[in-house]
Amino acid sequence: MALVSAIRAGDQGAMAALYDRFSSVVYSVALRVLGETGAAEDVLQDVFLQLWRNPGAFDASRGNLGAWLAVIARNRAIDARRKRKPESDIEDVVLSVTPDMVSDADRSRVAEKVRGVLGTMSAPQRSALEMAYYEGLTHTEIAAKTGEPLGTIKTRIRAGLTALRKAFQE
Amino acid sequence: MSAHEQFAEDLALHALGTLQGDERARLEAHLDSCAACRQELADLRGDMALLAMSTAGPKPPQRSRQRLLNAIAKEPRVPATASGRASRFNWWAALGWTAAVAMLIVVVQLRRENYFLRESVTNLGALTSQQTLELANAQRVVDTLTAPEAQTVTLAASKNPQPQGKAFYLKNRSGLVFVANNLPALPADKIYELWLIPPTGAPIAAGLFKPDAKGNATIVNPPGLPPGVEAKTFAVTLEPASGPHDAPRGTGVMQGGA
Repeated sequence: MALVSAIRAGDQGAMAALYDRFSSVVYSVALRVLGETGAAEDVLQDVFLQLWRNPGAFDASRGNLGAWLAVIARNRAIDARRKRKPESDIEDVVLSVTPDMVSDADRSRVAEKVRGVLGTMSAPQRSALEMAYYEGLTHTEIAAKTGEPLGTIKTRIRAGLTALRKAFQE
Repeated sequence: MSAHEQFAEDLALHALGTLQGDERARLEAHLDSCAACRQELADLRGDMALLAMSTAGPKPPQRSRQRLLNAIAKEPRVPATASGRASRFNWWAALGWTAAVAMLIVVVQLRRENYFLRESVTNLGALTSQQTLELANAQRVVDTLTAPEAQTVTLAASKNPQPQGKAFYLKNRSGLVFVANNLPALPADKIYELWLIPPTGAPIAAGLFKPDAKGNATIVNPPGLPPGVEAKTFAVTLEPASGPHDAPRGTGVMQGGA
């Protein structure tokens, strides 16, 4: 999807409304990745400032804003955790997601369902997915850490991600 | 549209930002020419968003909100002007394909808006933002249909019954609206695919579609079209439903030159 025209027009009130709506998601994922409130607040600030400075980066025809901000936040938090410069521009993050996440109730429903899917995964699969997602470890690093073959780790990561999507297609 | 199996696992790693070196370079080169894999990458990022949504945690401290508001107050921007926009809305007076497609878009936007109103009556500020977002998207479609520099291409078949298609293409915004009618019903294992054929280089996949019972079909702003590509021809082919869909391999149905 595209970005908010009101923000493009410089409406600071619209920015505050968007912050009120999505800051919890952005902060939660940053805090989970970084484990430290000050660093998570820095990511929170960075994500919303990026949107303010470059509202055209979000294409409304291709995704929903909350989902996009959550992915940007996760990527920025991983960059901070790994002490590296941002690897990609926010314009490059194009995503598509099926369930509606417009209201708080929508997002709660999605969160509950995703937690249910995670609960059904085997411990090794969930662990591989979480190491890649929340720690930003490469498949090589995960394989070295767990002693599992590289191919197995790759398969587990992909299967873990796509299992979430499938839960919303049923 | 299905992604190439050999890239499936690397796509997941790339979405997560952990693919490095030659593997990453190979995949990025492939992504430049494969709409199906670009779509799969977008879907995988959608999966990442779902995982993010499940991450429970405390609300950010109030000071963070004030910090942000202070920061944006120091970076005011001049509102974008609306010059040239008003006259573009004269497209309402136009007849035929343009008006029909534009009306369809408006109806879709209004239905979304209605849903949003029901769901979010307590959050009027955010609602306004969402509506303007959707209007911006509708404006992009309208621009594609009406901009003087937009290309309009009519596609026709040589046999009866005559399938017909019309493509509205705005290259600098990657805007593409395609409408078709009189399309023969599809066999179960087939699907139609639209192609943008540049003056040089390989055809670019511009969307898979199935006609409705009356033989009508529409594609609006297919994801993954690279910006700025000149269109020499648009064409529709009949492809195996199971793919791959990165290059035309099936039989031609219709085509038209820009």
